[in-house]
Amino acid sequence: MPQRKGMTGMRETNIDVLIIGAGPAGMAAAIAAREQGIDSLLILDREAEIGGILKQCVHNGFGLHRFQEELTGPEYAQRDINRLRELNVSVHCETMVIDIDASKRVTAVSRKHGVQVFLAKAIILAMGCRERPRGALAIPGTRPAGIFSAGTAQKLVNMQGYMPGKRVIILGSGDIGLIMARRMILQGAKVLACAEIMPYSSGLNRNIVQCLHDYDIPLLLRHTVIDIQGKERLESVTVAKVDEHLQPIPGTEIQYACDTLLLSVGLIPENELTKLIGAEMSAATQGAVVDNTLQTNIDGVFACGNVLHVHDLVDFVSEESAKAGRAAADYVLGRTKKVARAIAVLDGPGVRGVVPQRLRFTDTPEDVRFMFRPDKVYQKVKVQVLDGERVAYSVAKRILSPGEMAEILLPADTMQSFSSESISIRISG
Amino acid sequence: MKQTIPCINCPIGCRMTVETDGKQVTHVDGAGCKRGESYAAQEAIAPKRMVTAVVHVPNCELPLSVKTREPIPKDKIFDCVKAISTADIKTPIKMGDVICANVCDTGVDVVSTRDIP
Repeated sequence: MPQRKGMTGMRETNIDVLIIGAGPAGMAAAIAAREQGIDSLLILDREAEIGGILKQCVHNGFGLHRFQEELTGPEYAQRDINRLRELNVSVHCETMVIDIDASKRVTAVSRKHGVQVFLAKAIILAMGCRERPRGALAIPGTRPAGIFSAGTAQKLVNMQGYMPGKRVIILGSGDIGLIMARRMILQGAKVLACAEIMPYSSGLNRNIVQCLHDYDIPLLLRHTVIDIQGKERLESVTVAKVDEHLQPIPGTEIQYACDTLLLSVGLIPENELTKLIGAEMSAATQGAVVDNTLQTNIDGVFACGNVLHVHDLVDFVSEESAKAGRAAADYVLGRTKKVARAIAVLDGPGVRGVVPQRLRFTDTPEDVRFMFRPDKVYQKVKVQVLDGERVAYSVAKRILSPGEMAEILLPADTMQSFSSESISIRISG
Repeated sequence: MKQTIPCINCPIGCRMTVETDGKQVTHVDGAGCKRGESYAAQEAIAPKRMVTAVVHVPNCELPLSVKTREPIPKDKIFDCVKAISTADIKTPIKMGDVICANVCDTGVDVVSTRDIP
Protein backbone atom coordinates (compact mmCIF):
# COMPACT_ATOMS: atom_id res chain seq x y z
CA MET A 1 0.00 0.00 0.00
CA PRO A 2 1.44 3.40 -0.97
CA GLN A 3 2.20 5.61 2.01
CA ARG A 4 2.98 9.25 2.48
CA LYS A 5 3.27 11.58 5.45
CA GLY A 6 0.21 13.73 5.99
CA MET A 7 -0.08 17.08 7.70
CA THR A 8 -0.38 15.48 11.12
CA GLY A 9 2.95 13.73 10.62
CA MET A 10 1.24 10.36 10.65
CA ARG A 11 1.89 7.99 7.81
CA GLU A 12 -1.13 7.85 5.56
CA THR A 13 -2.05 4.73 3.64
CA ASN A 14 -3.93 5.22 0.38
CA ILE A 15 -6.89 2.90 -0.16
CA ASP A 16 -9.35 2.95 -3.03
CA VAL A 17 -12.36 1.58 -1.12
CA LEU A 18 -12.36 1.50 2.69
CA ILE A 19 -15.24 -0.33 4.37
CA ILE A 20 -16.07 0.19 8.04
CA GLY A 21 -17.71 -2.92 9.54
CA ALA A 22 -17.30 -6.60 8.58
CA GLY A 23 -20.85 -7.76 9.29
CA PRO A 24 -23.19 -8.89 6.51
CA ALA A 25 -23.29 -5.36 5.04
CA GLY A 26 -19.53 -4.80 4.96
CA MET A 27 -18.85 -8.30 3.63
CA ALA A 28 -21.37 -8.00 0.78
CA ALA A 29 -20.11 -4.52 -0.13
CA ALA A 30 -16.49 -5.74 -0.20
CA ILE A 31 -17.30 -8.77 -2.35
CA ALA A 32 -19.17 -6.60 -4.85
CA ALA A 33 -16.45 -3.93 -4.99
CA ARG A 34 -13.72 -6.54 -5.55
CA GLU A 35 -15.79 -8.27 -8.24
CA GLN A 36 -16.06 -4.89 -9.98
CA GLY A 37 -12.28 -4.71 -10.18
CA ILE A 38 -11.22 -2.81 -7.04
CA ASP A 39 -7.79 -4.12 -6.00
CA SER A 40 -7.07 -1.66 -3.21
CA LEU A 41 -9.78 -2.62 -0.73
CA LEU A 42 -9.75 -2.89 3.05
CA ILE A 43 -12.36 -3.74 5.69
CA LEU A 44 -11.95 -2.55 9.29
CA ASP A 45 -13.85 -4.21 12.14
CA ARG A 46 -13.60 -3.74 15.89
CA GLU A 47 -14.45 -7.38 16.72
CA ALA A 48 -11.94 -10.23 16.83
CA GLU A 49 -13.69 -12.09 14.00
CA ILE A 50 -15.66 -11.05 10.95
CA GLY A 51 -19.35 -11.86 10.46
CA GLY A 52 -20.94 -9.25 12.72
CA ILE A 53 -24.10 -10.13 14.62
CA LEU A 54 -24.69 -13.25 12.46
CA LYS A 55 -22.09 -15.10 14.56
CA GLN A 56 -24.39 -15.12 17.59
CA CYS A 57 -27.66 -15.73 15.70
CA VAL A 58 -27.46 -19.54 15.88
CA HIS A 59 -31.19 -19.98 15.09
CA ASN A 60 -32.41 -20.80 11.58
CA GLY A 61 -34.33 -18.65 9.13
CA PHE A 62 -31.56 -16.81 7.26
CA GLY A 63 -30.97 -16.94 3.52
CA LEU A 64 -34.42 -17.96 2.24
CA HIS A 65 -34.46 -15.12 -0.29
CA ARG A 66 -30.79 -15.11 -1.26
CA PHE A 67 -29.96 -18.80 -1.26
CA GLN A 68 -33.48 -20.38 -1.27
CA GLU A 69 -32.27 -22.33 1.77
CA GLU A 70 -32.92 -21.95 5.45
CA LEU A 71 -29.57 -21.35 7.16
CA THR A 72 -28.44 -20.42 10.66
CA GLY A 73 -26.58 -17.12 11.17
CA PRO A 74 -23.07 -18.64 11.32
CA GLU A 75 -23.77 -20.66 8.15
CA TYR A 76 -25.01 -17.57 6.29
CA ALA A 77 -21.94 -15.59 7.38
CA GLN A 78 -19.60 -18.42 6.39
CA ARG A 79 -20.70 -18.20 2.75
CA ASP A 80 -19.60 -14.57 2.58
CA ILE A 81 -16.45 -15.27 4.62
CA ASN A 82 -15.48 -18.02 2.13
CA ARG A 83 -16.06 -15.69 -0.82
CA LEU A 84 -13.96 -12.94 0.81
CA ARG A 85 -11.12 -15.44 1.22
CA GLU A 86 -11.41 -16.59 -2.40
CA LEU A 87 -11.17 -12.96 -3.47
CA ASN A 88 -8.28 -12.33 -1.08
CA VAL A 89 -9.90 -9.28 0.52
CA SER A 90 -7.89 -7.70 3.37
CA VAL A 91 -9.64 -7.37 6.72
CA HIS A 92 -8.21 -5.74 9.84
CA CYS A 93 -10.03 -7.06 12.90
CA GLU A 94 -9.82 -5.65 16.44
CA THR A 95 -9.46 -2.28 14.75
CA MET A 96 -11.58 0.64 15.90
CA VAL A 97 -12.17 3.73 13.78
CA ILE A 98 -11.86 6.77 16.01
CA ASP A 99 -11.92 9.61 13.52
CA ILE A 100 -13.14 10.31 10.02
CA ASP A 101 -13.48 13.49 8.00
CA ALA A 102 -15.05 14.71 4.78
CA SER A 103 -11.71 14.51 2.93
CA LYS A 104 -12.09 10.74 3.56
CA ARG A 105 -9.22 10.53 6.02
CA VAL A 106 -9.91 7.72 8.48
CA THR A 107 -8.00 7.21 11.74
CA ALA A 108 -8.13 3.75 13.31
CA VAL A 109 -6.48 2.14 16.33
CA SER A 110 -5.57 -1.45 17.03
CA ARG A 111 -3.22 -3.37 19.31
CA LYS A 112 -1.48 -4.87 16.32
CA HIS A 113 -0.91 -1.76 14.19
CA GLY A 114 -1.24 1.06 16.72
CA VAL A 115 -2.65 4.25 15.23
CA GLN A 116 -3.17 4.14 11.47
CA VAL A 117 -4.40 6.80 9.10
CA PHE A 118 -6.02 5.85 5.80
CA LEU A 119 -6.75 8.18 2.94
CA ALA A 120 -9.63 6.62 0.98
CA LYS A 121 -11.05 7.44 -2.43
CA ALA A 122 -14.39 5.96 -1.37
CA ILE A 123 -15.74 4.93 2.05
CA ILE A 124 -18.59 2.51 2.70
CA LEU A 125 -20.23 2.93 6.10
CA ALA A 126 -21.45 -0.50 7.25
CA MET A 127 -21.42 -0.26 11.05
CA GLY A 128 -24.82 -1.83 11.68
CA CYS A 129 -27.02 -0.96 14.65
CA ARG A 130 -27.24 -1.19 18.44
CA GLU A 131 -30.02 -2.16 20.79
CA ARG A 132 -31.97 0.44 22.73
CA PRO A 133 -30.74 0.17 26.33
CA ARG A 134 -32.62 0.37 29.63
CA GLY A 135 -31.60 4.01 30.00
CA ALA A 136 -33.65 4.94 26.93
CA LEU A 137 -36.83 3.60 28.58
CA ALA A 138 -36.63 5.35 31.96
CA ILE A 139 -38.08 2.40 33.90
CA PRO A 140 -38.22 3.31 37.60
CA GLY A 141 -36.73 1.04 40.27
CA THR A 142 -33.36 -0.15 41.48
CA ARG A 143 -30.28 -0.95 39.42
CA PRO A 144 -29.53 -4.60 40.19
CA ALA A 145 -27.62 -7.14 38.10
CA GLY A 146 -29.76 -9.35 35.87
CA ILE A 147 -31.05 -6.79 33.35
CA PHE A 148 -29.74 -7.39 29.84
CA SER A 149 -30.60 -6.34 26.33
CA ALA A 150 -31.78 -9.43 24.43
CA GLY A 151 -28.77 -9.30 22.13
CA THR A 152 -26.33 -9.18 25.04
CA ALA A 153 -28.02 -12.25 26.53
CA GLN A 154 -27.80 -13.88 23.11
CA LYS A 155 -24.06 -13.27 23.01
CA LEU A 156 -23.59 -14.62 26.54
CA VAL A 157 -25.51 -17.82 25.82
CA ASN A 158 -24.52 -18.55 22.23
CA MET A 159 -20.95 -17.23 22.07
CA GLN A 160 -19.61 -17.41 25.59
CA GLY A 161 -21.53 -20.31 27.12
CA TYR A 162 -23.00 -18.39 30.08
CA MET A 163 -26.64 -18.49 31.20
CA PRO A 164 -27.78 -15.01 32.27
CA GLY A 165 -30.39 -16.40 34.71
CA LYS A 166 -33.08 -18.95 35.52
CA ARG A 167 -36.40 -17.08 35.74
CA VAL A 168 -36.88 -14.63 32.92
CA ILE A 169 -39.26 -11.81 31.98
CA ILE A 170 -38.98 -10.29 28.51
CA LEU A 171 -39.91 -6.68 27.86
CA GLY A 172 -40.71 -5.88 24.24
CA SER A 173 -41.72 -8.37 21.57
CA GLY A 174 -39.15 -7.61 18.90
CA ASP A 175 -37.78 -10.62 17.07
CA ILE A 176 -34.56 -10.81 19.12
CA GLY A 177 -36.60 -10.94 22.34
CA LEU A 178 -38.82 -13.71 20.96
CA ILE A 179 -35.83 -15.69 19.71
CA MET A 180 -34.19 -15.33 23.13
CA ALA A 181 -37.37 -16.48 24.91
CA ARG A 182 -37.07 -19.81 23.09
CA ARG A 183 -33.31 -20.02 23.53
CA MET A 184 -33.55 -19.49 27.31
CA ILE A 185 -36.18 -22.25 27.54
CA LEU A 186 -34.18 -24.69 25.41
CA GLN A 187 -31.07 -24.02 27.52
CA GLY A 188 -32.99 -24.78 30.70
CA ALA A 189 -34.44 -21.50 32.04
CA LYS A 190 -38.06 -20.64 32.76
CA VAL A 191 -39.60 -17.74 30.81
CA LEU A 192 -42.59 -16.31 32.68
CA ALA A 193 -43.98 -13.77 30.23
CA CYS A 194 -43.26 -11.40 27.37
CA ALA A 195 -44.71 -7.90 27.91
CA GLU A 196 -45.40 -5.62 24.92
CA ILE A 197 -46.59 -2.04 25.43
CA MET A 198 -48.26 -1.82 22.00
CA PRO A 199 -51.52 -3.59 21.10
CA TYR A 200 -49.58 -5.69 18.55
CA SER A 201 -46.20 -7.40 18.47
CA SER A 202 -43.44 -5.97 16.32
CA GLY A 203 -42.09 -9.50 15.80
CA LEU A 204 -42.85 -11.88 12.94
CA ASN A 205 -45.89 -14.19 13.28
CA ARG A 206 -43.51 -17.10 12.78
CA ASN A 207 -41.58 -16.11 15.90
CA ILE A 208 -44.71 -15.50 18.01
CA VAL A 209 -45.88 -19.03 17.20
CA GLN A 210 -42.57 -20.90 17.29
CA CYS A 211 -40.91 -19.03 20.20
CA LEU A 212 -43.85 -18.17 22.48
CA HIS A 213 -46.90 -20.38 21.68
CA ASP A 214 -44.82 -23.55 21.35
CA TYR A 215 -43.59 -23.10 24.94
CA ASP A 216 -46.79 -21.64 26.44
CA ILE A 217 -45.17 -18.28 27.17
CA PRO A 218 -47.88 -15.64 27.59
CA LEU A 219 -47.63 -12.55 25.33
CA LEU A 220 -49.02 -9.67 27.38
CA LEU A 221 -50.05 -7.00 24.85
CA ARG A 222 -50.63 -3.44 26.16
CA HIS A 223 -48.45 -4.26 29.17
CA THR A 224 -45.15 -2.86 30.34
CA VAL A 225 -42.67 -3.09 33.22
CA ILE A 226 -43.36 -0.25 35.67
CA ASP A 227 -40.99 -1.16 38.50
CA ILE A 228 -37.82 -3.16 39.10
CA GLN A 229 -36.96 -4.60 42.53
CA GLY A 230 -33.75 -6.10 43.93
CA LYS A 231 -30.55 -4.79 45.45
CA GLU A 232 -27.59 -6.85 44.24
CA ARG A 233 -29.49 -9.14 41.88
CA LEU A 234 -32.88 -8.62 40.27
CA GLU A 235 -35.58 -10.14 42.52
CA SER A 236 -38.83 -9.15 40.84
CA VAL A 237 -40.45 -6.82 38.33
CA THR A 238 -43.89 -5.24 38.32
CA VAL A 239 -45.84 -5.44 35.08
CA ALA A 240 -48.99 -3.37 34.49
CA LYS A 241 -51.54 -2.87 31.76
CA VAL A 242 -51.42 0.46 29.90
CA ASP A 243 -54.23 2.66 28.56
CA GLU A 244 -54.46 4.09 25.04
CA HIS A 245 -51.95 6.82 26.00
CA LEU A 246 -49.52 4.06 27.09
CA GLN A 247 -49.94 5.10 30.76
CA PRO A 248 -50.07 2.31 33.40
CA ILE A 249 -53.59 1.57 34.68
CA PRO A 250 -53.68 1.49 38.52
CA GLY A 251 -54.92 -1.81 39.92
CA THR A 252 -53.59 -3.93 37.02
CA GLU A 253 -50.12 -4.51 38.51
CA ILE A 254 -48.73 -8.05 38.60
CA GLN A 255 -45.46 -8.79 40.38
CA TYR A 256 -43.25 -11.50 38.87
CA ALA A 257 -40.47 -13.05 40.96
CA CYS A 258 -37.57 -13.34 38.50
CA ASP A 259 -33.79 -13.01 38.35
CA THR A 260 -33.51 -11.82 34.75
CA LEU A 261 -35.14 -9.12 32.63
CA LEU A 262 -34.38 -9.10 28.90
CA LEU A 263 -35.07 -5.96 26.88
CA SER A 264 -36.08 -6.20 23.24
CA VAL A 265 -37.25 -2.67 22.65
CA GLY A 266 -35.85 -1.58 19.33
CA LEU A 267 -32.68 -1.03 17.35
CA ILE A 268 -30.86 2.20 16.59
CA PRO A 269 -28.44 2.59 13.64
CA GLU A 270 -24.95 3.25 14.96
CA ASN A 271 -24.12 6.50 13.23
CA GLU A 272 -21.48 8.26 15.36
CA LEU A 273 -18.99 8.13 12.46
CA THR A 274 -21.62 9.15 9.91
CA LYS A 275 -22.33 12.27 11.95
CA LEU A 276 -18.63 12.92 12.50
CA ILE A 277 -17.99 12.95 8.76
CA GLY A 278 -20.81 15.48 8.44
CA ALA A 279 -23.31 13.45 6.41
CA GLU A 280 -26.90 14.68 6.26
CA MET A 281 -29.10 12.52 8.52
CA SER A 282 -32.73 11.41 8.30
CA ALA A 283 -34.87 11.79 11.44
CA ALA A 284 -37.19 9.02 10.24
CA THR A 285 -34.58 6.29 9.70
CA GLN A 286 -31.89 7.64 12.08
CA GLY A 287 -29.49 6.86 9.26
CA ALA A 288 -27.83 8.93 6.54
CA VAL A 289 -29.73 10.50 3.67
CA VAL A 290 -28.67 8.64 0.51
CA ASP A 291 -29.41 8.65 -3.19
CA ASN A 292 -30.28 5.66 -5.38
CA THR A 293 -26.59 4.66 -5.52
CA LEU A 294 -26.47 4.60 -1.67
CA GLN A 295 -24.20 7.66 -1.74
CA THR A 296 -24.56 10.18 1.09
CA ASN A 297 -24.41 13.92 0.48
CA ILE A 298 -20.62 13.64 0.88
CA ASP A 299 -18.97 12.74 -2.41
CA GLY A 300 -17.66 9.16 -2.41
CA VAL A 301 -19.13 8.21 0.99
CA PHE A 302 -21.72 5.43 0.85
CA ALA A 303 -23.91 3.78 3.54
CA CYS A 304 -25.68 0.42 3.56
CA GLY A 305 -27.27 -2.19 5.79
CA ASN A 306 -28.57 -1.53 9.29
CA VAL A 307 -26.50 1.63 9.72
CA LEU A 308 -28.62 3.15 6.95
CA HIS A 309 -32.01 1.83 8.12
CA VAL A 310 -32.92 -1.16 10.29
CA HIS A 311 -33.84 -4.15 8.12
CA ASP A 312 -35.91 -7.22 9.06
CA LEU A 313 -33.97 -9.72 6.95
CA VAL A 314 -30.25 -10.10 6.40
CA ASP A 315 -30.92 -11.16 2.80
CA PHE A 316 -31.98 -7.60 2.00
CA VAL A 317 -28.98 -6.16 3.87
CA SER A 318 -26.68 -8.20 1.63
CA GLU A 319 -28.52 -7.13 -1.52
CA GLU A 320 -28.48 -3.43 -0.61
CA SER A 321 -24.81 -3.58 0.41
CA ALA A 322 -23.70 -5.29 -2.79
CA LYS A 323 -25.27 -2.37 -4.60
CA ALA A 324 -23.29 0.08 -2.45
CA GLY A 325 -20.11 -1.90 -3.20
CA ARG A 326 -20.73 -1.68 -6.95
CA ALA A 327 -21.53 2.04 -6.70
CA ALA A 328 -18.32 2.72 -4.75
CA ALA A 329 -16.33 0.80 -7.39
CA ASP A 330 -17.99 2.80 -10.18
CA TYR A 331 -17.11 6.00 -8.32
CA VAL A 332 -13.44 5.08 -7.86
CA LEU A 333 -13.04 3.80 -11.42
CA GLY A 334 -14.62 6.96 -12.81
CA ARG A 335 -17.58 5.06 -14.22
CA THR A 336 -20.17 7.08 -12.31
CA LYS A 337 -22.42 8.55 -14.91
CA LYS A 338 -22.84 12.28 -15.07
CA VAL A 339 -25.73 13.58 -13.01
CA ALA A 340 -28.15 15.63 -15.00
CA ARG A 341 -30.21 16.44 -11.90
CA ALA A 342 -31.28 15.08 -8.52
CA ILE A 343 -34.61 15.46 -6.72
CA ALA A 344 -35.78 14.77 -3.16
CA VAL A 345 -37.99 11.82 -2.24
CA LEU A 346 -40.35 12.59 0.65
CA ASP A 347 -42.47 10.51 3.04
CA GLY A 348 -46.14 11.02 2.15
CA PRO A 349 -49.17 10.05 4.28
CA GLY A 350 -48.78 6.58 5.82
CA VAL A 351 -45.10 6.26 4.84
CA ARG A 352 -42.17 6.41 7.30
CA GLY A 353 -38.47 6.53 6.49
CA VAL A 354 -38.33 6.02 2.74
CA VAL A 355 -34.86 5.06 1.42
CA PRO A 356 -33.34 6.38 -0.83
CA GLN A 357 -34.30 9.95 0.02
CA ARG A 358 -32.78 11.38 -3.15
CA LEU A 359 -33.18 10.34 -6.74
CA ARG A 360 -30.24 10.91 -9.05
CA PHE A 361 -30.87 10.89 -12.76
CA THR A 362 -28.27 9.33 -15.03
CA ASP A 363 -27.95 8.95 -18.77
CA THR A 364 -28.60 5.22 -18.43
CA PRO A 365 -31.63 5.08 -16.11
CA GLU A 366 -32.24 2.00 -14.00
CA ASP A 367 -35.28 0.89 -11.98
CA VAL A 368 -35.15 2.19 -8.41
CA ARG A 369 -36.24 0.23 -5.35
CA PHE A 370 -37.75 2.32 -2.55
CA MET A 371 -38.03 0.83 0.94
CA PHE A 372 -40.10 2.20 3.83
CA ARG A 373 -42.28 1.21 6.76
CA PRO A 374 -46.02 1.95 6.92
CA ASP A 375 -47.15 3.85 10.04
CA LYS A 376 -49.76 1.15 10.84
CA VAL A 377 -51.31 -2.01 9.38
CA TYR A 378 -53.01 -1.47 6.00
CA GLN A 379 -54.93 -4.01 3.92
CA LYS A 380 -55.77 -3.76 0.22
CA VAL A 381 -54.21 -0.35 -0.46
CA LYS A 382 -52.18 1.33 -3.15
CA VAL A 383 -48.68 2.69 -2.77
CA GLN A 384 -48.38 5.74 -5.00
CA VAL A 385 -45.53 7.90 -6.22
CA LEU A 386 -46.59 11.52 -6.57
CA ASP A 387 -44.90 14.01 -8.89
CA GLY A 388 -46.44 17.22 -7.53
CA GLU A 389 -50.19 16.47 -7.59
CA ARG A 390 -49.91 13.88 -10.33
CA VAL A 391 -49.89 10.15 -9.50
CA ALA A 392 -46.89 9.02 -11.54
CA TYR A 393 -46.87 5.41 -10.41
CA SER A 394 -49.20 3.21 -8.39
CA VAL A 395 -48.94 -0.34 -7.16
CA ALA A 396 -51.48 -2.43 -5.19
CA LYS A 397 -50.44 -4.05 -1.90
CA ARG A 398 -52.47 -6.73 -0.16
CA ILE A 399 -51.01 -6.01 3.26
CA LEU A 400 -48.55 -3.54 4.77
CA SER A 401 -47.41 -3.86 8.38
CA PRO A 402 -44.96 -1.75 10.42
CA GLY A 403 -43.21 -4.97 11.44
CA GLU A 404 -42.21 -5.67 7.86
CA MET A 405 -40.30 -3.38 5.52
CA ALA A 406 -42.33 -2.50 2.42
CA GLU A 407 -40.83 -1.91 -0.99
CA ILE A 408 -41.80 -0.71 -4.43
CA LEU A 409 -39.81 -0.88 -7.64
CA LEU A 410 -40.12 2.29 -9.66
CA PRO A 411 -39.57 1.60 -13.38
CA ALA A 412 -36.82 3.65 -14.99
CA ASP A 413 -39.08 5.07 -17.72
CA THR A 414 -41.48 6.47 -15.10
CA MET A 415 -38.63 8.53 -13.63
CA GLN A 416 -38.08 10.38 -16.88
CA SER A 417 -41.51 11.97 -16.60
CA PHE A 418 -40.83 13.67 -13.23
CA SER A 419 -41.00 17.43 -13.51
CA SER A 420 -41.14 18.55 -9.84
CA GLU A 421 -38.26 19.37 -7.49
CA SER A 422 -39.39 16.52 -5.26
CA ILE A 423 -41.59 13.44 -5.39
CA SER A 424 -43.41 11.77 -2.51
CA ILE A 425 -44.55 8.26 -1.73
CA ARG A 426 -47.90 7.73 -0.01
CA ILE A 427 -50.32 5.00 0.97
CA SER A 428 -53.75 5.50 -0.55
CA GLY A 429 -56.99 3.65 0.36
CA MET B 1 -62.00 -31.91 16.78
CA LYS B 2 -61.53 -28.20 16.00
CA GLN B 3 -58.31 -26.24 16.43
CA THR B 4 -57.50 -22.59 15.79
CA ILE B 5 -54.15 -22.05 14.11
CA PRO B 6 -52.62 -18.64 13.37
CA CYS B 7 -50.83 -18.61 10.05
CA ILE B 8 -47.09 -17.83 9.99
CA ASN B 9 -46.59 -17.50 6.25
CA CYS B 10 -47.19 -13.76 5.88
CA PRO B 11 -47.96 -10.67 8.00
CA ILE B 12 -51.75 -11.03 7.54
CA GLY B 13 -51.61 -13.93 10.01
CA CYS B 14 -54.99 -15.47 9.12
CA ARG B 15 -56.63 -17.25 12.05
CA MET B 16 -57.56 -20.60 10.56
CA THR B 17 -59.85 -23.25 11.97
CA VAL B 18 -58.92 -26.84 11.26
CA GLU B 19 -61.29 -29.76 11.78
CA THR B 20 -59.82 -33.23 12.17
CA ASP B 21 -61.16 -36.68 12.89
CA GLY B 22 -58.09 -37.43 15.01
CA LYS B 23 -55.93 -38.65 12.13
CA GLN B 24 -56.91 -36.66 9.06
CA VAL B 25 -57.91 -33.11 8.26
CA THR B 26 -61.54 -32.91 7.25
CA HIS B 27 -61.90 -29.14 6.83
CA VAL B 28 -59.81 -25.92 6.91
CA ASP B 29 -61.60 -22.62 7.36
CA GLY B 30 -60.30 -19.05 7.25
CA ALA B 31 -57.17 -19.56 5.15
CA GLY B 32 -56.46 -16.66 2.78
CA CYS B 33 -54.31 -18.74 0.44
CA LYS B 34 -53.25 -22.29 -0.48
CA ARG B 35 -49.96 -22.05 1.40
CA GLY B 36 -51.82 -21.20 4.58
CA GLU B 37 -54.25 -24.08 4.06
CA SER B 38 -51.51 -26.68 3.70
CA TYR B 39 -49.57 -25.22 6.64
CA ALA B 40 -52.69 -25.43 8.85
CA ALA B 41 -53.30 -29.05 7.82
CA GLN B 42 -49.68 -30.01 8.60
CA GLU B 43 -49.71 -28.07 11.87
CA ALA B 44 -52.95 -29.72 13.03
CA ILE B 45 -51.84 -33.30 12.35
CA ALA B 46 -48.07 -33.40 12.74
CA PRO B 47 -46.41 -30.08 13.63
CA LYS B 48 -42.67 -30.01 12.94
CA ARG B 49 -39.89 -27.65 13.96
CA MET B 50 -36.24 -27.07 13.20
CA VAL B 51 -34.28 -27.22 16.45
CA THR B 52 -31.13 -25.20 17.05
CA ALA B 53 -29.08 -25.33 20.23
CA VAL B 54 -25.71 -24.49 21.74
CA VAL B 55 -23.74 -27.13 23.59
CA HIS B 56 -20.62 -27.17 25.74
CA VAL B 57 -17.63 -28.97 24.23
CA PRO B 58 -15.04 -30.37 26.67
CA ASN B 59 -11.78 -28.38 26.82
CA CYS B 60 -13.26 -25.74 24.57
CA GLU B 61 -13.97 -22.15 25.58
CA LEU B 62 -16.64 -21.48 22.97
CA PRO B 63 -19.92 -23.39 22.85
CA LEU B 64 -20.77 -25.29 19.67
CA SER B 65 -23.92 -24.32 17.76
CA VAL B 66 -25.93 -27.11 16.14
CA LYS B 67 -29.17 -27.67 14.21
CA THR B 68 -31.40 -30.49 13.08
CA ARG B 69 -30.83 -30.96 9.37
CA GLU B 70 -34.60 -31.13 8.83
CA PRO B 71 -37.60 -30.20 10.97
CA ILE B 72 -38.50 -32.83 13.59
CA PRO B 73 -41.84 -33.53 15.32
CA LYS B 74 -42.63 -30.69 17.73
CA ASP B 75 -43.19 -33.04 20.70
CA LYS B 76 -39.59 -34.28 20.37
CA ILE B 77 -37.97 -30.84 20.81
CA PHE B 78 -37.02 -31.29 24.47
CA ASP B 79 -35.81 -34.87 23.99
CA CYS B 80 -33.73 -33.63 21.08
CA VAL B 81 -32.18 -30.84 23.15
CA LYS B 82 -31.40 -33.36 25.90
CA ALA B 83 -29.76 -35.73 23.42
CA ILE B 84 -27.66 -32.85 22.09
CA SER B 85 -26.54 -31.81 25.58
CA THR B 86 -25.36 -35.34 26.41
CA ALA B 87 -23.72 -36.05 23.05
CA ASP B 88 -20.08 -37.11 23.04
CA ILE B 89 -18.44 -34.34 21.04
CA LYS B 90 -14.81 -34.42 19.97
CA THR B 91 -12.88 -31.63 18.31
CA PRO B 92 -11.97 -30.69 15.63
CA ILE B 93 -15.45 -30.07 14.26
CA LYS B 94 -16.37 -28.81 10.81
CA MET B 95 -19.61 -27.07 9.89
CA GLY B 96 -22.01 -29.82 8.75
CA ASP B 97 -20.42 -32.62 10.82
CA VAL B 98 -22.97 -34.98 12.39
CA ILE B 99 -23.19 -34.47 16.17
CA CYS B 100 -26.14 -36.85 16.85
CA ALA B 101 -27.17 -39.28 14.14
CA ASN B 102 -30.90 -40.06 13.87
CA VAL B 103 -31.72 -37.96 16.93
CA CYS B 104 -34.52 -39.50 19.06
CA ASP B 105 -35.33 -41.93 16.21
CA THR B 106 -36.67 -39.10 14.06
CA GLY B 107 -34.52 -40.13 11.10
CA VAL B 108 -32.96 -36.64 11.25
CA ASP B 109 -29.31 -35.89 12.08
CA VAL B 110 -28.15 -33.03 14.28
CA VAL B 111 -25.24 -31.25 12.60
CA SER B 112 -22.72 -28.59 13.60
CA THR B 113 -23.26 -25.05 12.30
CA ARG B 114 -19.79 -23.83 13.31
CA ASP B 115 -16.16 -24.88 12.89
CA ILE B 116 -14.18 -25.62 16.05
CA PRO B 117 -10.50 -26.28 15.37
